Amino acid sequence: MMRLPWFDYRAPRSVEEAAKILAWEGDGAMLIAGGTDLLPNMKRRHQMPQTLVSLRQLEALKKVANGSGLRLGAGLTLSELLAVRGLRERYRGLAQAAAQVATPQLRNMGTLGGNLCLDTRCTYYNQNYEWRKAIDFCMKKDGAVCWVATASKRCLAVSSTDTVPALIALGARVKLVAAAGEREIALAELYQNDGIEYLKRKPDEILTEVLLPKADGWTSSYWKLRRRGSFDFPLLGVAAAAKLAADGTVAAARLVLGAVSSHPLVIKCDALIGRKLTDDAIAAIGEAAESRAKPMDNTDMDLRWRKHVVADFAGYALRELRGDDMSAMRLRIAKQMV
Amino acid sequence: MSAPRKRLEVVGKSRRRVDGRAKVLGQLRFADDLQLPRMLHAKLLRSPQPHAVIESIDVQRARAHPGVHLVLTGKDFPVPFGIMPVSQDEYPLAPERVRYVGDPVAAVIARDEQTAGEALELIEVKYRALPTIATPEEALAHPETRIHDYGESGNIHRNQAYEFGDVDEALAHSDHVFDDVFFYEGNTHLPIEQQASLAAIDGEGKLLLSSSTQNPHYLHRQLARVLQMPASQIRVIACSNGGGFGGKCDPGGHEFVVCKAALLLGRPVKIGLTRQEVFYVHRGRHPVLMRLRTGVSQDGRLTAMHLQTLLDGGAYGSHGPAATFYSGVLTPVTYELPRFKFEACRVFTNKPACGPKRGHGTPQPRFGQEIQLDKIAEKLALDPAELRLGMVTRPGSLTASWLRVGTTGLAECIRKVVEMSGWKDKHRKLPAGRGVGIACSTYMCGAGVSIYWNKMPHSGVQLLVDRSGQVTVFCGSTEIGQGSDDVLAAIVAEVLGVDTGVVRCVTGDTAITPVDLGSYSSRVTIMMGNAAVQAAERMREQFAGAVAEQLGTTPERVVFSQGRVFAAEDPGRGMSFAEAVAITESKLGTLSAVGSYTPPKPPGKYKGGGVGPSPAYSFSACVVEVEVDEKTGWIHVPKIWIAHDIGRAINPVLARGQVIGSVYMGLGEALMEEQAFRRLPPKLSGALVHRIPSMLDYKSLTALDMPEVEVALIEDPDPNCPFGAKEVGQGPLLPVMPAVANAIYDAVGVRIDELPITPDKVLAALELKAAGKPPRIGPERFPEVPYPKPMFVLPPWEGGDGNESKMPRPLGVAAS
Repeated sequence: MMRLPWFDYRAPRSVEEAAKILAWEGDGAMLIAGGTDLLPNMKRRHQMPQTLVSLRQLEALKKVANGSGLRLGAGLTLSELLAVRGLRERYRGLAQAAAQVATPQLRNMGTLGGNLCLDTRCTYYNQNYEWRKAIDFCMKKDGAVCWVATASKRCLAVSSTDTVPALIALGARVKLVAAAGEREIALAELYQNDGIEYLKRKPDEILTEVLLPKADGWTSSYWKLRRRGSFDFPLLGVAAAAKLAADGTVAAARLVLGAVSSHPLVIKCDALIGRKLTDDAIAAIGEAAESRAKPMDNTDMDLRWRKHVVADFAGYALRELRGDDMSAMRLRIAKQMV
Repeated sequence: MSAPRKRLEVVGKSRRRVDGRAKVLGQLRFADDLQLPRMLHAKLLRSPQPHAVIESIDVQRARAHPGVHLVLTGKDFPVPFGIMPVSQDEYPLAPERVRYVGDPVAAVIARDEQTAGEALELIEVKYRALPTIATPEEALAHPETRIHDYGESGNIHRNQAYEFGDVDEALAHSDHVFDDVFFYEGNTHLPIEQQASLAAIDGEGKLLLSSSTQNPHYLHRQLARVLQMPASQIRVIACSNGGGFGGKCDPGGHEFVVCKAALLLGRPVKIGLTRQEVFYVHRGRHPVLMRLRTGVSQDGRLTAMHLQTLLDGGAYGSHGPAATFYSGVLTPVTYELPRFKFEACRVFTNKPACGPKRGHGTPQPRFGQEIQLDKIAEKLALDPAELRLGMVTRPGSLTASWLRVGTTGLAECIRKVVEMSGWKDKHRKLPAGRGVGIACSTYMCGAGVSIYWNKMPHSGVQLLVDRSGQVTVFCGSTEIGQGSDDVLAAIVAEVLGVDTGVVRCVTGDTAITPVDLGSYSSRVTIMMGNAAVQAAERMREQFAGAVAEQLGTTPERVVFSQGRVFAAEDPGRGMSFAEAVAITESKLGTLSAVGSYTPPKPPGKYKGGGVGPSPAYSFSACVVEVEVDEKTGWIHVPKIWIAHDIGRAINPVLARGQVIGSVYMGLGEALMEEQAFRRLPPKLSGALVHRIPSMLDYKSLTALDMPEVEVALIEDPDPNCPFGAKEVGQGPLLPVMPAVANAIYDAVGVRIDELPITPDKVLAALELKAAGKPPRIGPERFPEVPYPKPMFVLPPWEGGDGNESKMPRPLGVAAS
């Protein structure tokens, strides 16, 4: 089997201790929670940290608190997240996204914070060391060229998280804790469009909490395109959320695309404000989304087709917000009800 | 001796398989579960170059690495191997040339896997890159870039042509001629178990290899050859395989490496391949481009077919010579076809070698033919099911190519799926976006000839029975998950009138079990089963002769049933099976019996006529329902109905499992599986790599993608088969792919003439349709292939005798 490289393992008892270890160890240390992303990557020699700082024993990261919104500990496994009371009712889009991450076994290990920090993906990169050697490596690790587009100056690896588009659509913020202090930022601010430096988290920061605003009046939805009903990362994620008046008029709306760029792509929805979600309005937003999406040939399925269906998938999500019964379509696309 | 007829007591009943308990409880030990004291671990260094000369290998640093015991290179293996005698073209470690990314070049044996892996990185190999061949078209266009220095010419490995009756003449006189080109993409077996092997030197100084192999007998022969040792000094144990599907039929380089290392070090040496290495070992489905020119009469009868295939063989021969034949030879078995011409060419490319995968060479032409039949039915305004029903081959008939069709339940299979699926209310009648498609197929119940020429049995079974009442069955057959141990136990139990619980199977061990050729070509139930019937009947004869007197009857009137032995005229006059054994052992001494099986001689006597004949053929028919989203091309398969002519189901629950498993694999091939490769921009790189060698990225169906499957087993016992049982392991896969393609046509009116059928292709075809262009996605043309002059054989009904004969029309004279 593939073996892990050697590393030191630290198991701090508190977030403060973890932050101190990070500060002390510097660039050689990496955080590990569920390990479902990091350990396979280490086996493939993508990351070779000298020290792993485990967050698994930190009960503080498992907290769930209701208040003016919902505070979710970053250490919740995705399965635990799905079991949070009222999640599906209030934050449907997040539940739909979390329920479609990977497989049941991986959701039992993988954490919310892990999915937020998920390494970007690319079929030239997510290969083992020997395979990458056979292409003389790539820009993201050990090489110089981006094989996806050889003229590209930046890495085009794909943001492949399901929960992030759903959370951004819901207006989530995150808390980052370092030995020197903590900060809270809008989740969208955590990412940038670069396959290598995709996170604006500083190396000594720990993502500890996700904060969701109150859900009153908001409805949300997440649609995921992938080849199969389980296991696969998204080829396209469409997260939509809207605050609708009683008559269906849009008071506020957000649409976020996943997996068509190196960061989550926020689509402007200003045109919807004050209007109803008519078929025409939905089609117009779908076209806007499709034109922004830039799928590349570095994941599964035909890239032109993936771009072509962006408007369709945006339509599914917005129609679900409108209250259309999308269950038959959901079953055909997702192969399950989520 | 014929025993009194009794109702079947074991055969035909759904039972828990004999190895089920051990598997469920995790007690069964696969090769990778084996551990021995002082065991060392091997790892292979594989080529990062797709095609290169090895200029030098420096292993000094690796050898000096702490914990390393041995480093092997190509120099340690002067003798090549290959499963087929005509293609001994592969070395356990490449000595001077690498031919694909993943070709093994060196091995490190160390105290643990981690250390071996570290030492691999210390080996320095200097390569001189050669031009690469990525496709069959390139292989034909660039004979000067020769991958092997043997074969027909250039990069053509095998090239052959047969003509059974004057096909051009028949086509010229046909009402319609359909000319279609299809492409079937390659795919791999994807067994859950990755190959693992453990070699050790036993107490007597002999070599023992325990391995995940489907064919311990062929592996045994190849080990003797490559290691240059007497076969009597080698023992191969085939561990229960966690799936094979053909991927563990070839000997693997790793198996020779651990054996050689164990011999040199005198310590056990183990290797477990990574998933990526399994993709490199491959031996999977050949990508096949094919052209079918088929003549049809106005009333829906075939007049002739000219089939041309071009196989992408990958870097080595493997089972390629057989696969080349199978890309055509079974085509005439399903429907009456008066004349048949078949040309096939297999070329080498710089990719992992293709070989046998479930259906071995036959799914590809079946895919083409069954789609073409759908087109024919539409043109002739016939129902596709009726068209097929009207031309199924007759029981006992010969094909134009001299294959003997034995029993056939194909017509019954078609009727059954038509009925189960509600075909008549659905075909061409469902709303837009929904459709059904039908397709049929056949498969062999074992190849009529062995992989190496010999006159010995294909399977042997030995029975040992003693006073305890236990029955031990020895057979070289190999359990790869298909249930062969269960079939063996059931057949012996049935003949001896005992429960399978008293039967112990000892299988797949070349030191203690009689030779069985292996788990391939759907041969095990038929060949092992017939040998088991013979052995068990001979054993029963001994019991009957010994106990008849005491039961006050004649040996012919002794009944064996439900663990008892009694007189037919008075069931009360009897004894337990164990008592009968004790009496017999007292009279005759230690009890044993053997049985063996050799397939009948085929009727075709022409050279090459040995590939295709089988003691029996299974048949299948399948209806697939699909829903296609016309805006996106998204494909959903809600349900599949399949009927399989199995002759008789030994254990129906296992038989159904095989059918459903075949549908699962077939649907994966239809919709997503692709052994795809990537070549980087040639100006920047010479890389030619497997695109997605991982279980995450190589797509096969998950449980959520699997539709409901309704299975009908059609049982019409075949006299050549044990209790009439035909194969079920491969045949039911074959109709699934074309049935999906035909269903998509019924749903949205577009033809996807290539696999896999993906939403982007469907959408592209829908766009062509909307633009008023032919709504078809598929290969546009079939390249010029330099096929040889065909061997001409007259069909049985044209006065042929099964030998090569002269073409009635001189060459060059056009058929009028």
